Amino acid sequence: MINLNVNGVDRQFDGDPEMPLLWYLRDELGLGGTKYGCGTGLCGACTVHLDGSAVRSCLTAVSEAADAAVTTIEGLSPDGNHPVQVAWRDMNVPQCGFCQTGQIMQAAALIAETPQPSDEDILAGMQGNICRCGCYQRIVGAVRRAATGV
Amino acid sequence: MLRHLELHAAHALPRAIPATVIAKVSRRGFLKGSAAFALAIHFLPADARAYETYPHGGLDMPNGVVSNPLVFVSIDRDGTVTIKAHRSEMGTGVRTSIPMVVADEMEADWARVRIVQAEGDEKKYGNQDTDGSRSLRHHIQPARDIGAAVRRMLEQAAAERWQTEVANVEAVNHEVVHKSLGLRLGYGALAEAAMALPVPARSDLTFKDEKAFRYIGKGQVQIVDLHDITTGKAIYAADVSLPGMLTAVVARPPVVGGTVKSADTAAALAVPGVMKVVEIPGSGLGAKFKPLGGLAVVARNTWAAIQGRDALTIEWEAGPQGTASTAMQEQELRDSANGPGDPVRDQGDAEAALASAARVFTREYYQPHLAHAPMEPPAALASFKDGKCEVWSCLQSPYGARVDIADFLGLGEEDVTVYVTLLGGGFGRKSKGDFAIEAAWLSRAVGAPVRVQWTREDDIRHSFYHTTSVEKIDIGLDASSKPVAWRHRSAATSFLSTFAPDEGVQHPVEIGMGLEDMPYDIPNVRAEQCRAYAHTRVGWYRSVSNIPRAFAIQSITAELAHELGRDDKDFLLEMIGAPRKLDWQAAGLAQPFWNNGEPNEHFPIDTGRLRHVVELAADKAGWGRSLPAGEGLGIAAHRSFVSYVATVVHVKVDEEGRVQVPEAHVAVDCGFVANPERVQSQMQGACVFGMTAALYSGITLENGAVVESNFHDYEMVRADAFPQVVHTHIVEHPFAVHATGVGEPGVPPFLPALTNAIFNATGKRIRNLPIRDQLAT
Repeated sequence: MINLNVNGVDRQFDGDPEMPLLWYLRDELGLGGTKYGCGTGLCGACTVHLDGSAVRSCLTAVSEAADAAVTTIEGLSPDGNHPVQVAWRDMNVPQCGFCQTGQIMQAAALIAETPQPSDEDILAGMQGNICRCGCYQRIVGAVRRAATGV
Repeated sequence: MLRHLELHAAHALPRAIPATVIAKVSRRGFLKGSAAFALAIHFLPADARAYETYPHGGLDMPNGVVSNPLVFVSIDRDGTVTIKAHRSEMGTGVRTSIPMVVADEMEADWARVRIVQAEGDEKKYGNQDTDGSRSLRHHIQPARDIGAAVRRMLEQAAAERWQTEVANVEAVNHEVVHKSLGLRLGYGALAEAAMALPVPARSDLTFKDEKAFRYIGKGQVQIVDLHDITTGKAIYAADVSLPGMLTAVVARPPVVGGTVKSADTAAALAVPGVMKVVEIPGSGLGAKFKPLGGLAVVARNTWAAIQGRDALTIEWEAGPQGTASTAMQEQELRDSANGPGDPVRDQGDAEAALASAARVFTREYYQPHLAHAPMEPPAALASFKDGKCEVWSCLQSPYGARVDIADFLGLGEEDVTVYVTLLGGGFGRKSKGDFAIEAAWLSRAVGAPVRVQWTREDDIRHSFYHTTSVEKIDIGLDASSKPVAWRHRSAATSFLSTFAPDEGVQHPVEIGMGLEDMPYDIPNVRAEQCRAYAHTRVGWYRSVSNIPRAFAIQSITAELAHELGRDDKDFLLEMIGAPRKLDWQAAGLAQPFWNNGEPNEHFPIDTGRLRHVVELAADKAGWGRSLPAGEGLGIAAHRSFVSYVATVVHVKVDEEGRVQVPEAHVAVDCGFVANPERVQSQMQGACVFGMTAALYSGITLENGAVVESNFHDYEMVRADAFPQVVHTHIVEHPFAVHATGVGEPGVPPFLPALTNAIFNATGKRIRNLPIRDQLAT
């Protein structure tokens, strides 16, 4: 039995401890905001926070989340108004939108760790998240805006 | 005229083909003014006439266009206006833009508009095949007609209520106002009476003056799904579930046309959660969008299904493509492009002009197959019950998929319902509903709802790939180095091979993408298609054949400019020649230009507009300025999907050959613009998409199977290498200059603009894509 906390709710899981957290969140808990993009940690679409740090949930076994706090996009902000989410909307970042929850979770962790990121920090911090639609210019702008207000 | 109907007849092709390609666009919100939206708008003189209806290619599409307001608009008593979005949303903003046009024309308050996605039903909604950059081009008029009709019905209902003439009332922002008495009735109060009135004839409609638009052309309406996307509530294909649903992951034959020779499923069935292994019947080349076949592992959850598939032991029979390789195919294409082909355009006498030319300048360009790799891998949920099948999926052509599902399962079309989720990118891949057919088949086979989840490896290895081609061009120069002859030989695998036995020939749609419609002012022009045979499934990929064509044409133009000591931009303009409209007869064609299915007389190929975007992009980019060593500017222009785009790329290449693009300027003339903010986002995205294709993309076949599998070997441009700042310069037009398309036309010019810039920065000329390590010293 694995005990973990997801978005503030205590959970128990007695399935395969090697199941990636991604599939536990999506299939078992119905938290669809965390996306499958590659399954190998190469695209960042599945990014969640594990005790506050951004991780790729496709490479994180449920067992690795034992006794830890997992935050998904659904739990990032009670009203959906985390500064990163607000900046994302202000800047009209998304096109298809599929990768954006992962981008937002990555950006939120980045800003939490580096409240005043340089452009280099932003580019390095967001490098693991692919956007096939090519929203990068706005993604970088939105991270900057979320951190600095401009 | 070689348009859709004749194409169907000539090749007995399924409905989806001529349509070709992607088109690619809500919580309500408005831009907060500042940072996001700083667009440069440029005026090109044109008549500001009132809205006069004009013919367009949408009328010739399968199931045409529907303008019945009762199909698309309903109004609740509380005043909520519901508008059906019948095109698929894959990132262009179409789910917002077309309803926004309806809302503006009907004087609805956008904050009180709700969008509902239409199911796949073309008998009801008209054509829904969302590709070919067609949505606004074909639907901006019907959207205005629908909006105007509803406005008229609301005014009529108010006039009847007030017992006055309709001329005495006016709809203004979700209310109808009595002009002299100042009475007001909200849309909710009028809804029931208004929507029960006869739909007015189009000739009785009045249209808003363009100056009175509230939303159209303003760039202030945010996409309707924005809030849901940023909070994780947006629903894509794999986010739909049903009680009792099982998940399937499929082991497909590595080689198209392959079959299961033998299989050991015991280990798979032993994986906890795995329920069954089910065979799906497969097909080889030429089977349209039928599944590839293979063994599906059906399980209680995705993880079990993936593990189960990993545990399968399958011996495959490779089939006829089992010896194919990319190296072999590249040689086939080069050999073919170096011999004569079948003429598709013959203007003047290019052979004689080349024979008598003072000099012939020849170059050859190559691009391998590409995979679309949308961030959302294909997925579908199907529920088959009591002879009927419901499907939820990320489909660009939901009605097309519905017909294909019915066909594959032997059902009537009326027994299949297809619901469209958001698409996490499409780029042409999701025009082909093989994954939805798999889900339907499996649901019937196991007697439960089944979600088919494609892994990324499945997506890269089992696509319908972008054409691979060799484009060879010979330019004959006279004694004064003036180009007098142009011969373009194109050896390119065709998506025709996906629909019919492969004869190695291209579809008129592909020929129409830069081969027959080359706009240069050269007296002798010959374009030939040279046989090219497919060794894997070929489909259409964002911008389709325009990518290799623009790459070849715009590269050789810059190469010749350099050879002659001329400025790239000046020489490009000289090649385009004087502003004029191309005449298909003078161009040596037997019928009008394919022209993306648009009537030539209403959507002419206008070199003046092409020149204008070249000049605009060059001017904005500071063309001609000197740059430090290792930096350069490159320019390219291409008309595709009836839009004109010129791109200037500023490149920096470091000592290791790494490519950075600090800046790009994109000038786009797409006629009247409904949603400039989404035009800008499409141009930004097109530059990234083009950069990925140029730098990295290439699918490799070995023993008939695709070698690449995921983002480690099929790389994408990331946050460390994207074009840093893309400036979009939109040429502004009144409504009378027909809206065209923006989902695709930004891509083709980017690649040659980049490689031309790389040459100007380094002296290294890229003729074979992708660039990869070609710049490493």
